[in-house]
Amino acid sequence: MARAAALASCLEAVLGSRSNANRVFEILELLAGREEAEDVLCAARTCSRLFGALLERRELFVGQLPAEEASLAGESRAGGVLWRCPGRGRALRLGRVSPGLVPAGLSFQDLPVSHASDNYSAEDKYKIWMRHRYNDCVDCLAELMGHDAFQVKELSLCTLMKFVELEAQYPLIKVEWKGSLTFPQKLLKVVVDGLLPLNEDASLLISRFQEYMEYDDIRYFVIKAVTESIGQVMQKTKERPLPFYQQNVFSLISPINMPSKECDMVKFMVKQDNWEELKVSKLQAHKQAFEKMWLVFLKHKLPTGLYKKVLVILHDSILPYMNEPTLMIDFLTVAYGIGGAISLLALNGLFILIHQHNLEYPDFYKKLYSLLDPSIYHVKYRARFFHLADLFLSSSHLPAYLVAAFIKRLSRLALTAPPEALLMVLPFICNLFRRHPACKVLVHRPNGPDDMSEDPYIMEEEEPSESRALESSLWEIQSLQNHYHPDVAKAAAVLNQSLSEIEDDISGLLELSAYELFDKEVKKKAVDVPLEFEPVRGLFGKKNDIFAEHFTLD
Amino acid sequence: MGKAAKQKRKVSASSVAKGPVKSAMAMVKSNPFEVKVNRQKFDILGRKTKNDVGLPGVSRSKAIKKRTQTLLKEYKEREKTNVFKDKRFGEYNTKISPEEKMIRRFTLERQQNYGKKNIYNLNEDEELTHYGQSLAEIEKLNDIVDSDSDTEERGTLSAELTAAHFGGGGGLLRKKASSGQQDEEEEKPKSRKELIEEMIAKSKQEKQERQTRRESALELTEKLDNDWKEIQTLIARKTPKSERKDKEVEKPKPDEYDMIVRELGFEMKAKPSERMKTEEELAKEEQARLQKLEAERLRRMRGIDEQANKKKPSHLSADDLADGFILDKDDRRLLSYKDGKINIENEEEEEEQDKEEEEEEEGGKEDNENEESEEESANEDEEDGAADSHSDLESDLESEEEEAAGNKEQKKHKTNENESQNVEELDPKMEAAKSELPYTFAVPESYETFKSLLAGRTIEQQLIILERIQKCNHPSLAVGNKAKLEKLFGFLLEYIGELATLDLPELRTIDKLVLPLYNLCQMFPEAASDSIKFILRDAAHDMEEVIEVKGRATFPGLDTLIYLKITSLLFPTSDFWHPVVTPAFIYMSQLLTKCRITALQDVIKGLFICYLFLEYVYLSRRFVPELINFLLGVLHISLPKKQAQGYTVVHPFTPVGKNLELLLVCDKKDLESWQKQNLPLSIVTRLKETSRTEINHIRLSCLALCFDLIKKCAALYESLPSFHEIMHPVRILLTQHVPVNEYPEQMQEWYHTAVKELENKVKHYTPLICEKKKPVPLKQYTPKIVKVLEFGRKQGGSKKDQERKQLIRKHKRELKGAIREIRKDNQFLARMQLSEIMERDSARKRKVKELLGSLATQEGEWKAMKRKKGKN
Repeated sequence: MARAAALASCLEAVLGSRSNANRVFEILELLAGREEAEDVLCAARTCSRLFGALLERRELFVGQLPAEEASLAGESRAGGVLWRCPGRGRALRLGRVSPGLVPAGLSFQDLPVSHASDNYSAEDKYKIWMRHRYNDCVDCLAELMGHDAFQVKELSLCTLMKFVELEAQYPLIKVEWKGSLTFPQKLLKVVVDGLLPLNEDASLLISRFQEYMEYDDIRYFVIKAVTESIGQVMQKTKERPLPFYQQNVFSLISPINMPSKECDMVKFMVKQDNWEELKVSKLQAHKQAFEKMWLVFLKHKLPTGLYKKVLVILHDSILPYMNEPTLMIDFLTVAYGIGGAISLLALNGLFILIHQHNLEYPDFYKKLYSLLDPSIYHVKYRARFFHLADLFLSSSHLPAYLVAAFIKRLSRLALTAPPEALLMVLPFICNLFRRHPACKVLVHRPNGPDDMSEDPYIMEEEEPSESRALESSLWEIQSLQNHYHPDVAKAAAVLNQSLSEIEDDISGLLELSAYELFDKEVKKKAVDVPLEFEPVRGLFGKKNDIFAEHFTLD
Repeated sequence: MGKAAKQKRKVSASSVAKGPVKSAMAMVKSNPFEVKVNRQKFDILGRKTKNDVGLPGVSRSKAIKKRTQTLLKEYKEREKTNVFKDKRFGEYNTKISPEEKMIRRFTLERQQNYGKKNIYNLNEDEELTHYGQSLAEIEKLNDIVDSDSDTEERGTLSAELTAAHFGGGGGLLRKKASSGQQDEEEEKPKSRKELIEEMIAKSKQEKQERQTRRESALELTEKLDNDWKEIQTLIARKTPKSERKDKEVEKPKPDEYDMIVRELGFEMKAKPSERMKTEEELAKEEQARLQKLEAERLRRMRGIDEQANKKKPSHLSADDLADGFILDKDDRRLLSYKDGKINIENEEEEEEQDKEEEEEEEGGKEDNENEESEEESANEDEEDGAADSHSDLESDLESEEEEAAGNKEQKKHKTNENESQNVEELDPKMEAAKSELPYTFAVPESYETFKSLLAGRTIEQQLIILERIQKCNHPSLAVGNKAKLEKLFGFLLEYIGELATLDLPELRTIDKLVLPLYNLCQMFPEAASDSIKFILRDAAHDMEEVIEVKGRATFPGLDTLIYLKITSLLFPTSDFWHPVVTPAFIYMSQLLTKCRITALQDVIKGLFICYLFLEYVYLSRRFVPELINFLLGVLHISLPKKQAQGYTVVHPFTPVGKNLELLLVCDKKDLESWQKQNLPLSIVTRLKETSRTEINHIRLSCLALCFDLIKKCAALYESLPSFHEIMHPVRILLTQHVPVNEYPEQMQEWYHTAVKELENKVKHYTPLICEKKKPVPLKQYTPKIVKVLEFGRKQGGSKKDQERKQLIRKHKRELKGAIREIRKDNQFLARMQLSEIMERDSARKRKVKELLGSLATQEGEWKAMKRKKGKN
């Protein structure tokens, strides 16, 4: 508390009169000190207030900042040191405060204020000096964004963002010509770098940062900064993936909510006079930056988990906001070729490109066919895959052999599927039969051979046309009519009869989970409960109990 | 005038000829002058006219008659206020039949007279007697012997007697007819006094004979009674309960003969039917019952008439229990006698009897005395339970004991002692232990009290306690008992779960506790299914939560596995759909697909669930894909790490990654020393302490289980059309990847049986053919037929409108009718008044005429006299 009071008095003194300017060091010292989070927090708050006030008063140097020593050297040469440093040692210890700028023992009163140096007035020199202190403070805060305590991180982030806001309002960059950009991009870059540490997960801080991303200008510059950052970081590491860094980047850029229309862009942190002419106000520019950022991000090799995450959001939060969605084709084809769940996910983006952007994809169905392996019924993205597969197979112009191969393969794989997937895939297969009546030979072959020793269908064949699916029958579905789940058995038995004309709606079944199934069954009201009539004689006491052979009750 | 005359005639005719109204009507109808025909201007086809022919005369006369009966009466009594009231009981009540009416009147009369002392009736309370016997008694006809023996004579008096008493109505005739005989009689004439004496002697002798006959009969019956009683003690031991109940109803009747007759009747009917059943017949019956149940099960399994299957579980022995009958012939009781549990079973029965006895005590008061004396005798040296065991036997004999208490008492003591000795011989120690338990238990209200009730008891005691709770709170005894016992099921389940989650699971106890659980389930299927569903839902919910949080689930504890096993014991698992079993299926499927295999315990649990699945579908032979997947995965983790070829494992197993080689055993020594052993279930919780060798052995056992499961699955799914496709990955793995030669010999055996089961199945594919569809009938374009209600009317409007219109029409018609009636009434009244006035006028005229006449004659006479005088 005493520390807080001391800081408050410092603040007052520095803001009160320039003669006390040297007390800034006390604050900065504390900020840079690594002692206690509490003190650091206090110092950060004081800094925020101090430099906020200074920025508002325009008491910081504007324009290209001259080197401190160079600008102040004349001063000392002129026979006086402007600002007294309370203790040189302490100043040195700060490290950040450029050492040797003030010899100790000289006080502000000693200085002849009117004595201007070569090219800077005393006023300017004060401002320059203060601007340097401000830079020190920003450096400190940037470093504090890597602090252990989240509170410190958060506060430094907020302070920096406050500075960004104030700097945007009271630019520290000299307006050289009308229309030049005065947004503090460098400062923002510092923030973004702080948000994207290489070795730790910063998702919490990033989520705190999201509120600033609603400002269209901030978002624009952040996108630019991220692009730059990725370029720098990945250049250094070459091909080696950086899971944490990439994860952080992803969590920063994935929630970006791009405006879809120009008129939606109304929320800006700062508006300049010459607003209309600037790039920031153009949606096109936003999109371009956005597109560039993603392309840069996806250019590098991603960890598998991240791959999936990107693919999941690709179709609805990335592709629509790109100027040229076709640029994603490379990424998607590579992903489609990887196989497994990633291929399934790439399918969605690919579909959009094929459907809306006239992409030509050779052997698409063959590839789709090869995607069908036993895991499709078990993976998390089952619903998405079948939704797309339904779309792909909805065309009535597909050849019968292809559809038959799909049907046969799906039903073969269904032999290992859990009930929730079966409940979805059986109506799916029925729908395929309805769309392609030529395939009905699979369930109805009245004039076929009486008995076959082998299923003609070749499961291992990659090419659907070679799989001889049309010569086969759906014995798998017949087997599933004996499934233990009553609903599955019923759904499979539907194929025994000739199908009705109307397609089943499978959209409700896609997301079906095992727990929902269970819940549905448990909630069913039974009129009466049949009971086992064979009397028990113990836990394993049933007649022919198979447990008794292998387990004991010890 | 002529019309009036006709009317008059008709009125008289109709009033006179009430009987042959019909013929009169026919006559009237045939009379063309009576019939008025409304001529139709146009004949319209299809129109029915009601009023084309009318009988105006008839209807008018009817109306007049009615008015004279009602309106005229009213008119005549218009200024009279006194009313006649008929207060005879039920005079106008048509619901009571005349006889009943009379009886009620009579009783009313008697009631009125009761208590009013009639001073003139001196000996009202005196009883009328005949031969010293009350006439009232005689009227009741209780004297059975009399009624038996005297029936012949009673109706017809002997000819002699009549002749003697009444001089022989026919005697006179006879005398005239046989005058010769009269001469002989006259030879030794007897005085009237002699005759009478002779007659008296005769009748006395007759009476004496009758008396002796009756006495001998009585003696004989008494002897028979005694004999019977002696035999009865031997037979009555197994009197079915229903008869006993009958007897209880009879008890208040003191007539022992009736009772015994009835008893005899029942005994003779019931006994042989029970005796007739030989062992074979019983077996056959049981078999038939099982066959019926099996057929029902099959029907449910196929799920053909799932909806139609609304039958009550009538096949349950539980229903019998609920009805209050006890199936003591049940074979499971008999079977459980074998392994030292005989006492428990005895105890159960004793409890039942105990209960019955309590019921009986409520019924008959005399029982108490017997009971007490018996208790006294029993208490000295034996357990209460033993004493109670034959108390119901005694209750059979109670009726006899009332009379012949002395010798019976001794006998009873003897049997008691015998019984008690038997029981003591069986297991004195257990008896001693049991003696500490109270005999009645209230159903615990909360789980805590339930637990404290069972805490610290042995398994047997716990079972007894449960048994007694059930008996003491049988639903037939009190209203709230059903709900209480239903709760008990839940407590028991929870208790079992707790026992299973202990560090050292008390599986033996659970094993025994399953029996009461089964019984309770049979009694309350709904409640039981609800509790098990609740547990399953909890378990599934927990798993779902874990999956949501962690993304993967772990296998549940032993308790859940036990619950799943119990489900299979309590409910038929082969049903197409079952309220409990189907959710259990889904839950188990989730377990096999969602839970990660990270340790050896998980493998054991998984295999246990596989066995559960197998047991669930053993009869129905339903296909469980998860089972095959899991077995494939288990085999996969028993292989050394390498790239899998020719087969793919699915979730939760991964082809690469950690937790592979979980079942791999490399140690040669362990491989050799392995012996197939049954896995103790408790291993699931205490695997950590075991040594490396043991763990290796367990791994091998798991593998053996896996082979066994594959063999069983292969046998089970043989009939599925795509059997080979289903088993394809397993076969490839078994034949190409499993290092058979490294396994110990015993394992190789397991392996070979499994592979053999897989290999020697014929491949058999028949092309599918859809079921033939029923031909859809062609659409027929028959005209639509609309019902036309009334011609010439507007048909439009909604139903409501039409109804309203119809009502208005009706109202109008009624109104018109009423007005017409009133008008006619007025006309009638006016007519009456006119006739009255006319009558009055004519009377006056007549009187005036008379007066004038008499005056005229008077005058005439007077004038004549005057003339005479004048002449004279």
